[in-house]
Amino acid sequence: MKPDLHLDDHDQHLLDGGEGPAMQLAMKLVTQAARIMDAERLIDVSFAHIDACFYSGRAHLDFVNYLLAHDAKLSVPSWTNTGLVSLADPSLREDGTIAHEARELMQAYERLGCKPVWTCAPYQLPGRPNLGDHIVGSESNAVTFYNSVIGARTNKYGDFLDVAAALTGRVPDAGLHRDQARRAQLVFSLENIPEFFRREDLFFHLLGHFAGARSGSRIPVFTGLPQSTSEDNLKAISAAIAASGGVALFHAAGITPEAPDLETACQGIDPEDIIPVMPADLIAARKSLSRAPDGVVNMVALGTPHFSYTEFEALTPLLEGRHVAANCKLLITTSRYVRDLIAAKGWQELLEKSGAEIVVDTCSYFSPTLRGMTGRVMTNSAKWAYYAPGMLPVEVTFGSLRECAETAIAGENWRDRALADAKIGAAS
Amino acid sequence: MSKNWFQGEILHAGDANGPLLVLDEPLSFWGGFDPLTGTILDQHHPQAGETVGDKILALRETRGSAGTPAAIAEAIRRGCGPLAFLLVKPDVNIVTGVSVAAHLYDKKVPVIAILGNEFHQLQFVQTAKISPDGLVTCR
Repeated sequence: MKPDLHLDDHDQHLLDGGEGPAMQLAMKLVTQAARIMDAERLIDVSFAHIDACFYSGRAHLDFVNYLLAHDAKLSVPSWTNTGLVSLADPSLREDGTIAHEARELMQAYERLGCKPVWTCAPYQLPGRPNLGDHIVGSESNAVTFYNSVIGARTNKYGDFLDVAAALTGRVPDAGLHRDQARRAQLVFSLENIPEFFRREDLFFHLLGHFAGARSGSRIPVFTGLPQSTSEDNLKAISAAIAASGGVALFHAAGITPEAPDLETACQGIDPEDIIPVMPADLIAARKSLSRAPDGVVNMVALGTPHFSYTEFEALTPLLEGRHVAANCKLLITTSRYVRDLIAAKGWQELLEKSGAEIVVDTCSYFSPTLRGMTGRVMTNSAKWAYYAPGMLPVEVTFGSLRECAETAIAGENWRDRALADAKIGAAS
Repeated sequence: MSKNWFQGEILHAGDANGPLLVLDEPLSFWGGFDPLTGTILDQHHPQAGETVGDKILALRETRGSAGTPAAIAEAIRRGCGPLAFLLVKPDVNIVTGVSVAAHLYDKKVPVIAILGNEFHQLQFVQTAKISPDGLVTCR
């Protein structure tokens, strides 16, 4: 028996068309979702991250134009995800109807009142939500990061519903908005992984990729992540675990805010499963992400999700005074906000002098292909390595940040001996 | 099969009548599906290469992706989307895409939730008819 959905007076007012047909459509989409999710009521949200600005067809544009034509008004601060094109550099993708409409779509969301941050890592910008806030997330890595690392609460809201929720300021009281749905059900323990490797940037991508595939629809908790685990590391897990497994929330005992310890993360209930992660699991994960044989590399793609200030801080000294090989390109995707920070530091100039290209507003693994993206591509992102082979005409190889930097300079795979399979497999 | 009709749960009302395409695996409508042609793109999917246009599409569930509603609405707009969806697991993304298409383009594509054993029976029939009251009749 489905529960009844109780609407408050304002919800009903919107649904009855009291604020016009666009707000009525928005409330209809929200209440329809609430019924499918068995919610009994709607709750307020304080923030939205909008994915519907990422063009995939004319319907995207028709929807927002309808909203604009019928006086739709956002109820909460709403920030934009990446767009298909870069507004800052329109020549980045082949120009045509798609690029033109993609740009029109992005501009339409600005007119609707969204803050044009154009980033899949909005959590790197100041003014992010707080622990316990109910918000609207849409892009998968951001949903997982908000839920897991910040402890804000969101389900993964698909295109149109994300906008509808931002317009009405309401979401169904269901799923990850509720305490009991946030309980860890599955433990991944890391004591079999050598301690040195648990501090490597590469490790967090491999762990996320492995755990996503093993979690199914369950919420995992990690035990044994080091205290040095950074937000960049947690971003890597968020992106990888949401790509390989659709996991929208994970916990890390002693690290993430809802998991001061294992028992709290599990809400005092015994987990269904405990999986000891073995070195062989991570070695296999690396192999599955790194399909291309070693050899000449045509491009190195960094910044999925968008490269952070601290990642630029780590990368810049690796490239300073050196130059990317003539046969290779180094592409770094980031937000305008972070680019402005690193420009002020002088790092952008240093990196560009080394031959790196810094791209804002968009991401590099989507079709149509970015200019110059062909042949064999190396990335430090498990998410990029997971999606790109199906979307782009490229071969993918995967490595650590340092391996990516050295590879860009050499123009062919450079492998860090300290991260060799035998080193990971050795007893800690 | 034991009976040739069953009563589904209406997630989005409408009527449809046509050949059935029953998916053996869940599908991601973003990345795994081309909304310009209605073709299943995911090379790992057993029915890769099949088109969903002018068919009643039965699937247990989707692989969730934020891009799903827009892909569905775009396929419907272009006339290469399914005539109707039959789902075992009710899906917010599909209903959102279908609702937006109905609102913007006045094209009504029913979405009906059915039971797992009913889904299983669909493998043995060729065509189906969906009535506005959610009745699914198989032939």
